[in-house]
Amino acid sequence: MSFDLNFIGILIGAIMASSVPLILAASGELITERSGVLNLGVEGMMIIGAISGFALMVVTDNLFFAVIGSMLSGLIISLIFGLLTQSLLTNHVATGLALTIFGIGMSAMIGKNFVGIPGKEFPLLFVNLKESIPFLGPVFFGHSIILYFAFGLPFLTNYFLKKTKTGLIIRAVGDSPTSASNQGINVTLVRYSCILYGGAMCGLAGAYLSLIYTPQWIENMTGGRGWIALALVVFATWSPIKVLIGALIFGGITILQLHMQAVGLRIPVQLLSALPYIMTIIVLVVISRDSRKIKLNTPTSLGQIFYKEK
Amino acid sequence: MIKVEKRNDVSRSIYFLTPVLAIFLTLFGGGIIFFILGFNPIEALKFFFVTPISDLYGLSELLVKATPLCLIAIGLSFCFKSNNWNIGAEGQLIFGGIVGGGVALLFYNHDGFYVLPIIILSGAFGGILFAMIPAILKTYFNTNEILVSLMLVYVAKLLLDYLVVGPWSNPEGFNFPETRQFSESARMPILFDGLRIHAGIFITLITVFLSWLILYKTYLGFQIKVSGLSLKTAKYAGFKGKTMIIIVFMISGACAGLAGVGEITGPIGQLHRNISPDYGFTAIIVAFLGRLNPIGIIFASLIVALTYLGAETAQIFLQVPKYTGQVFQGMILFFLLGSDYLLFFKIKFLGLKKNEL
Repeated sequence: MSFDLNFIGILIGAIMASSVPLILAASGELITERSGVLNLGVEGMMIIGAISGFALMVVTDNLFFAVIGSMLSGLIISLIFGLLTQSLLTNHVATGLALTIFGIGMSAMIGKNFVGIPGKEFPLLFVNLKESIPFLGPVFFGHSIILYFAFGLPFLTNYFLKKTKTGLIIRAVGDSPTSASNQGINVTLVRYSCILYGGAMCGLAGAYLSLIYTPQWIENMTGGRGWIALALVVFATWSPIKVLIGALIFGGITILQLHMQAVGLRIPVQLLSALPYIMTIIVLVVISRDSRKIKLNTPTSLGQIFYKEK
Repeated sequence: MIKVEKRNDVSRSIYFLTPVLAIFLTLFGGGIIFFILGFNPIEALKFFFVTPISDLYGLSELLVKATPLCLIAIGLSFCFKSNNWNIGAEGQLIFGGIVGGGVALLFYNHDGFYVLPIIILSGAFGGILFAMIPAILKTYFNTNEILVSLMLVYVAKLLLDYLVVGPWSNPEGFNFPETRQFSESARMPILFDGLRIHAGIFITLITVFLSWLILYKTYLGFQIKVSGLSLKTAKYAGFKGKTMIIIVFMISGACAGLAGVGEITGPIGQLHRNISPDYGFTAIIVAFLGRLNPIGIIFASLIVALTYLGAETAQIFLQVPKYTGQVFQGMILFFLLGSDYLLFFKIKFLGLKKNEL
């Protein structure tokens, strides 16, 4: 193994690629949570996105339809969550768990006929630039369009939440649904929209896994990434830019762990595989220790049921 | 014209009837899914819910599956009642299995009545130990218990994998990822010849009774219920919140650990990679379906256990993946939560009045 500059560039490129599903899912969930809704179904929505994206790719032979379809199916399945939590006023935690269990089961059922089918090559952009520029080439070029979108998304989300009127409305709904409602804002509608947006982003995150990252369908292929994305939102104290940083850290651990296995260090593979989960716990502890800081940033009504007497 | 009105008091009969409604809706929803997949829905549902329990062996299997589910759900009900979201029972089950299994391997050459009780207790201890991590992090570092307990599931799975592949693997096992078979004295006694139902069911039943005693007859149970209803009231009454978090996590960890050790000393008889088909997660559904009530949980565990058996049967006869069971489990929870709406709201169907036209 050589530690030349180009190799490090490739390594960074790989870290970026592995952080994409986390960025997408966590950015989506961040908007949902900012509106006061805690959707624990991220893992379920991601896996549904993964299978529908892959299935559509196989059936239509068109990657564009596959990507759009995965977002739509993420959106549709999040509609179940919306219907239950917003219209039927169910507990967010329990409903989210149900969504995850249902999603994993449903994806396996749909995916039964798609196991073992090879994926299609996803077009990568600026491939010639990747090879001609050392170090910077593999870092910035030769990625899929979804990666570029994912890396722009946190900045867009940040701008959206802080500078636009809609963003302000979402934050108002999350922090004080009652006053927002008194101002004439339709809290339920805002929350529905945020849930659906989160669902679409989780669907896209899943499609990234099954179409680009490991182009095939494997049962349960999200492997806990949805939960890590949820942890990332807490880690980022609900700030989109910090989601990006956190996702890169976790992507880094994942890639580092793979390389350590490949190099054949005398550390059990399982310990290395457990690293991302253990790190998540450690980071959560460090972040949450300061309860004031958490309280300052948490959407005040997060996970609470809002009911307006008509 | 439909009018929705908030109910002032929750009717007790509806409270226990909505789970039944949820089950019927799930059957209906399942029928639709089977129909979309191209099966005759009635026949598919029959394979799923009737065929598996149409003989004695099937009924015994139902109890074998319900035994851990009920046990874990009982433990979880303490957490959920007091608003502690321990969703990592699967990890606590596996860790209990690891500790219990380790002790069983330690006593490999021992014969004696004391072996099994020691294994069982160490399994419970393992579960408690593992549940203490999210509990302590929550009480002292304000860390979200949902995420911590869940992350630990993956850690426990990988630890088990490491042990059965590496240091604990059977020396005569041709490198299969499994430990030795436990000795006879380390196994749960089988209740009937030819069936797999084992003495673990008594552990579950005793736990159900104890939990009923704690929840409804002790001060601790009162504290748990009050803090579930209103944290402010609990604080005002001077209940020690931190101690209670630790206690409810201990109870649910112990139950999950017992379930784990019951599995490995019962039907499995050794440690390998898959000692639990997600019992720890499914038990969450059991706890809700049973309304966090000990008796309700017994019934709920039987129904959810049936979805496991049904998925196995359907896998053989209809060639659907075993994950189909999870589709049903998810649906039950969806419908249950959804039908709770009827608890808090009255839906009135009114005729149109003249002045509204």
